Amino acid sequence: MATTPVPGGQVGRSLPRLEARDKVTGRAEYAHTMRLPGMLYGKIFRSTVPHGRLIGIDTAAARAMPGVHGVYAGEDVRKVIPDPYYGPAFHDQPILALDKVRFVGEPVAVVVASDPHVAEEAVALIAATYEELPAVFDEVAAMSPAVLVHDELKPAGTFADLKHLKGRKNTNVARDFHLRLGDVDKAFAEAAAVFEHEFRTQKVLHVPLEPFAAIADASDNRLTVYSGTQGPSFVRSELARLLGWPENRVRVKVPCLGGGFGAKLYIKLEALAAALSMLARRPVKLALSMEEQFYMITRHPTTCRIKSGVDKNGRVIARKCEVFWNGGAYADIGPRVTQKSGFTAPGPYDIANVAIDSYALYTNLTPAGALRGFGVPQLVFAYESHTDMVARALKIDPVKFRRDNLLRAGRPQATGTVLKDAATDAVLDRLAQCIDWGKPFDRGSGPIRRGRGLALGIKAVISPTTSVAAINVAADGSCTLYCGTVDMGQGSDTAMAQIAGEVLNIAAQDIAVTPRDTDITPYDMGTLGSRSLFHMGHAVRLAALDAKEKLAAMAREVGEPDGSNTPVAELFRKKYGMQAGNVIGAGTYKPDYTPPDSKSGQTPNVTPFWMVAGTAVEVEVDCETGHVRIVKLVNVADCGRAINPRIVETQLSGGSLMQLGFTMFEKMNIEGGQVTNASLADYKIPGMLDVPATIENVTVENRQENGPFGAKGVGEVATFGVSPAIANAIEDAVGVRVTVLPLNPEAVLRALRVKAGSPLDSE
Amino acid sequence: MTTARTIAFTLNGASVGADVKPHENLVELLQAQFGLTGARESCGQGMCGCCTVLVNGRAVSGCLYLASFADGAEVTTVEGLASGDALDPVQDAFIETAAFQCGYCTPGFILMAKQLLDEHPDPDDSMIRHYLSGNLCRCASYPQIVEAVRSAARRRLRRPSA
Ligand code: FES
Ligand code: FES
Repeated sequence: MATTPVPGGQVGRSLPRLEARDKVTGRAEYAHTMRLPGMLYGKIFRSTVPHGRLIGIDTAAARAMPGVHGVYAGEDVRKVIPDPYYGPAFHDQPILALDKVRFVGEPVAVVVASDPHVAEEAVALIAATYEELPAVFDEVAAMSPAVLVHDELKPAGTFADLKHLKGRKNTNVARDFHLRLGDVDKAFAEAAAVFEHEFRTQKVLHVPLEPFAAIADASDNRLTVYSGTQGPSFVRSELARLLGWPENRVRVKVPCLGGGFGAKLYIKLEALAAALSMLARRPVKLALSMEEQFYMITRHPTTCRIKSGVDKNGRVIARKCEVFWNGGAYADIGPRVTQKSGFTAPGPYDIANVAIDSYALYTNLTPAGALRGFGVPQLVFAYESHTDMVARALKIDPVKFRRDNLLRAGRPQATGTVLKDAATDAVLDRLAQCIDWGKPFDRGSGPIRRGRGLALGIKAVISPTTSVAAINVAADGSCTLYCGTVDMGQGSDTAMAQIAGEVLNIAAQDIAVTPRDTDITPYDMGTLGSRSLFHMGHAVRLAALDAKEKLAAMAREVGEPDGSNTPVAELFRKKYGMQAGNVIGAGTYKPDYTPPDSKSGQTPNVTPFWMVAGTAVEVEVDCETGHVRIVKLVNVADCGRAINPRIVETQLSGGSLMQLGFTMFEKMNIEGGQVTNASLADYKIPGMLDVPATIENVTVENRQENGPFGAKGVGEVATFGVSPAIANAIEDAVGVRVTVLPLNPEAVLRALRVKAGSPLDSE
Repeated sequence: MTTARTIAFTLNGASVGADVKPHENLVELLQAQFGLTGARESCGQGMCGCCTVLVNGRAVSGCLYLASFADGAEVTTVEGLASGDALDPVQDAFIETAAFQCGYCTPGFILMAKQLLDEHPDPDDSMIRHYLSGNLCRCASYPQIVEAVRSAARRRLRRPSA
């Protein structure tokens, strides 16, 4: 098929998603619904205790059940993978529990059968005995070594800044990060006023509507895995490491993802599926139920203490942040969150003296990892609630207080890295403008009171990371793009095709984007942390430029005059005498980076780009019930230059509504380590009726000078400000402050009753 | 496990037969025996609508609907909406308004939206929101879905045969 040259550019078009037709016709393929011929189904038997020594597993009855192909436990896995511990930052997680179990829901054994119902019935026949151990659930309590989740720290060796933790004993602190700027103690001593608050966020989870699923198909010297993963390159290298194989014997293929949000990163079910397929000598599928997602990965609950010293002019001169990240039983990516997000804990403010202490803690809960914001939404809840509380205490208008202290482009952030291309001013101004800040409004009467609030946050994209892309120009002139960025709904395939099309002057919809397959698509660090549009966008741009240069060279070679418009297909015909050959363009992108000093956390180059965004809300609080209704919600983001404005808008709107659930009602209820609401009937996520009556998404166009066509990532940014904006608006409406998420009716009513002097009985 | 029984029903306009086990649900039947994966399981308990299928013109949660009850029924899945290359106006409207991201929930929303428009050709926003409140979208494409239903209503009013 010949491609249609287009006069207008591809970048900046609101092109519908390339895969839109497949999604509306039900044709899109997801791992959860995939089948392979001869495939068996695995069902997982899980730990019922939060912390215990595994004494024995009785699988006899399960094995005896007709239709059961095999039952496997941790020691069986060792037959095919001798050292079965995995993880992106620490090799601490066993594929199936070995000596100990560390959280309720931890996989202990698996039944494999040709009928999933048979497997499930057989799982119910397995019995395990444990010697129960004391458990620790709270992140602050875990600072004490009274209960130890792991005997020894086992850093993966992938990250230089974790190496020193190797072999560390007698601690639950998987990683501590410290930053020191100026002299905080001296500044506190000189401050006119000092404020200190503590904030807590709850355990919530991603709940992708497509639950986790993976199929492994192992033969003697080859392993193919079909998985809904956000990081096929990592899955491949980690499986190769576990097996002791070269990477080229492991193939990871990725169908569509029914949502990811950070859950489907690193190894999740893949290593277990691989081991089962090797043991059963058949393809094996693991597809979780909704309930089982509660035992896979969650967001980090946090305790965050912030202390600020303010001078007599209302300038914050000192800030100390202590953050405790509840990482659950296995580190996953928590140690990275602790540092890579930890350093933004003082917020978008220009503060001369800063101290940050950030700790990743092991506890006996479901592991925690990345969830749309990599820890930043928890931090923003703390610092933007704190900002309002300080402003109100000083009787300064909260927006003016923010303006007076704002970190502006050209000034160093707490790490010492100078803020660039970050429209903090414009975002704050637009937030204030969109919510009519400072203008009179109907504050309500009787039990219903109205208030307004806003909040803004900042995030540095994780660095340094690498993306590689390739473009194949066929002899008819049509183009195929190979890139490892996983489109889990964020629209990356479409955006990448737009970038390639812009360079090659081809309509984006005419470019084929190859499905992710590590045998074919080149390396990418992972689809996470809003890094893809920037990093992979550059790699795709460079690959397209490379192809373009090669086509120009071919034109010269066949004697075309410079600047001639000869169709590409014609060039190939001239060169090869027929429709034959191809041109392959390749591009690799890795930004510059300087690691932070291990003691002070200082570095001149911590990130290639900053994300800035915020939310403003108007709420209605019912003083009799504590119920909060969001009347209006406005998201404002600096999105660089939008490659696809419509997709940017859906990302902002979707991200903020997801965070609205984390703010208003979502919470994993845990009693003695047991999750008591592991289903969508008991764990409510936002539905149609939770959408605020008015929702606006505003982008501040602010070219990212070093970005591909001026663009940067926006997948997470709308989550930043939602929680504190609402907490701030509640205080504005009714004068109470809730410092613990979620801001559900009970929390608000309790606060109202305390204020009224008639507190409710405690739970 | 227990013995299968043979059922006959109409699937997207074609007469079909299937052997179903007593515990098998409609989603499993459609996926395992007909390769139709547009109705897909998520919550498994009637809370999300990802498994929506039309049985005799009524939307049901396929995860809770026993396959054997489809005996003699007319079953329509999202795969049966388009005629040839022409998409149903609801499908077109979902594309036009970018009413999905990952797309996992999309078939369920489209079938519910179609049922809504069959009953109420010109619904207001509040009716749309309430009618679709039993379907969940974790990507939270809700504002765009409301827009899609409005647009689909306009398309259908212009082209009443659809
Ligand atoms: S899977 Fe059937 S309603 Fe959720
Ligand atoms: S589009 Fe992803 S769940 Fe609805």
